[in-house]
Amino acid sequence: MGLKEMNKVMSNKWVITLYVLPALLLIAILVFIPLILTGYYGLMDWDGVGEMYFIGLENYVTALQDMKFWDSAWHSFLLAIFSTLSLAIYLAISLILASKIRGANLLRKIYLIPMLLSSVAIAQLWIKVFNPTNGMLNHILIALGVENPPAWLADTSIVLFAIFVPILWQYAGFYILIYYAALKNIPESIIEAARIDGASPLQIAYRIKLPLIMGVIKVTIVLAVVGSLKYFDLIYVMTGGGPNGASEVMASYMYKLAFSSKDFGYGSAIGFLLLVITLIVTVIIRKVTASKEEIQY
Amino acid sequence: MKNKKAITFLVVILFSVAFVLGACGDDKTSGTDGDSKVIKFMHLWPEGSSKTHNEIVNEIIANFESENPGVKVELEVLSNEQYKDKIQVLSTSDELPDVGMTWAAGYLEPYVNGKKFAPLDDLLAGDLADSFVAGTAEAYAIDGKTYGLPLELNIATIFYNKQIFDEYGLEEPSTLDELEEVIQTLNDNGIAPIALGNKDRWTGSLWYMYLADRIGGSDVLTNAINRTGTFEDPALVQAAEEIQNLVNMDAFVKGFNGLADEEAKSMFMNEQSAMYLIATWDLPNYTTNEDVPQEFRDSVGYFHFPTVDGKGDMNSFVGGPGVGLFVSENSDVKEEAKEFVSFFVQQWGEKSVTQAGVIPATKLDVASLELPQMYVDVLENLNAASNLTLFADVQMSPDAAQVHLDMIQAIFGNEATPEEFTKAHEDALSAEE
Repeated sequence: MGLKEMNKVMSNKWVITLYVLPALLLIAILVFIPLILTGYYGLMDWDGVGEMYFIGLENYVTALQDMKFWDSAWHSFLLAIFSTLSLAIYLAISLILASKIRGANLLRKIYLIPMLLSSVAIAQLWIKVFNPTNGMLNHILIALGVENPPAWLADTSIVLFAIFVPILWQYAGFYILIYYAALKNIPESIIEAARIDGASPLQIAYRIKLPLIMGVIKVTIVLAVVGSLKYFDLIYVMTGGGPNGASEVMASYMYKLAFSSKDFGYGSAIGFLLLVITLIVTVIIRKVTASKEEIQY
Repeated sequence: MKNKKAITFLVVILFSVAFVLGACGDDKTSGTDGDSKVIKFMHLWPEGSSKTHNEIVNEIIANFESENPGVKVELEVLSNEQYKDKIQVLSTSDELPDVGMTWAAGYLEPYVNGKKFAPLDDLLAGDLADSFVAGTAEAYAIDGKTYGLPLELNIATIFYNKQIFDEYGLEEPSTLDELEEVIQTLNDNGIAPIALGNKDRWTGSLWYMYLADRIGGSDVLTNAINRTGTFEDPALVQAAEEIQNLVNMDAFVKGFNGLADEEAKSMFMNEQSAMYLIATWDLPNYTTNEDVPQEFRDSVGYFHFPTVDGKGDMNSFVGGPGVGLFVSENSDVKEEAKEFVSFFVQQWGEKSVTQAGVIPATKLDVASLELPQMYVDVLENLNAASNLTLFADVQMSPDAAQVHLDMIQAIFGNEATPEEFTKAHEDALSAEE
């Protein structure tokens, strides 16, 4: 069939609908319907097994007054802040990797390895590193002369930050890869021109490269924040939110309520609030980082 | 040309719809199938992680099928956590297997309230009359009806390393003061006294439960939970104080609140700590398990939780049945399923202790079996037991159990005072009345 005919078929409204329908159907069944159901379950008093009783907004009202929920939300926000800050480090690493240094290729692959491991494997690995008596970290600290190294995952004032380390480490490769690809996409001629004009490498990085990949940076900020707010896996495996809620985040609190406390209605309400909070934050970030000028090259 | 495209589109649509429908499909195979009946059975002992259990189940099923021609048992095996998740999901869509495994008391409650499990009292009055150790089948009863038949029974005791004890001239303590002296001596010699993995929280709960039992008697905790008593009983406050005394004298391994039970166990088994309070499901590790060095197995002994200030009965145990069998209320083959459950329980007793080293919940004739000495001792202790207090987190409703478990971490971590600890319990329990 000729190109003209193809364009004609593709611009037919019915054809467009047909093509889009299968994916739309799947997304509706797997994402949107459960999402609406979660909000609906949040209106119920339900243990997840027996009868449901409609109680209106009671679960949502309780959640808004639940200090444990706000504590877990604060922990999630802390993670979001740290993830966003760590983007600067990843960006710096990518800038170094993208400027032709020796072994950049190998280093890039090394940074990517954590991404290839499953979360549970990473959790097991770091549980061993953090073990207060037999762990690598405390062995090193003792060898360095620290007398009483902390019990990383047991100390309520440290545990949250200790667990942030593997979480940030886990995603480093992902962001480095994105930045690296974006940086490699910048036309060599622009940088060449700047260099001829006498710009130093720092100036090139700050004045040329960064503005040119600003779009990508904004996307990664949204990814990092949203990913942090709904983060679950390492926390669940490494501490289960403990000790006594010191490392609880919104998603692990939701899980605990729904599946351990058997309070499915309340858990659903928390889940729905998590969605609302994430949406609001995303909108705010988009607003704050929006810029009118689109850079063309 | 256009027709051909249209056909392609149709095929794509058909496939996608078929795919979606297939994913929602219902492959219910239980019930009557021609002449033979099929019982769907779900259990949580996969071949990989629980080999001997798995083999026994298969043996029993083979025996059952050969004795009951025309009845087939269809198996689905999942590991523990996945099993729990799947059962919950299946029950919401009314697709529970005909026979499955459940836990006692608090876990059972939502299923019974939702009328998902069938009462099994007719079996207890009939084929299985008088065959369970007292207090075990009762743990599966709600409002006078029994909804599960227990397979395992475990009591918690303190296992200790005899070699370490000998090295420092220590004796099995029989009072809390003696235990504290043992702890002091071990600490003075740089040995971590007690392995505890309190990330899992029920592990610390065992310590608290025993102290409460010794200080306030075997009823005080149970009564506080079933609301005939109160959690603000002075004995329950004192038990929390004793926990903090132990913590403050460094009785437990470093960072116990962040360690999983498995990690604590490995410290005990690597002889890095001298004592370990755990239930008898660990017995194989100290007797028959060939993967554990013989030398270590020979050096393990156990003693009962000591008395406190001359109070307490050392024959009162914390423990309880582990998993039990349920029959689905909505099963199409309920009668056959009940028969299978009864048959399973009868065959399980002897096989489980001799082949898998499980202490069964059914009564056994100890003398007729050839067992390692530690098993004989434990079985005799069970016969002499004056009381069996069910694990607190199992006794409580799921909601209150979470409060209890979190508060256990708080009291061990010195983040709550004994008064705050008991008040949080009292609030959670009275909110449910």
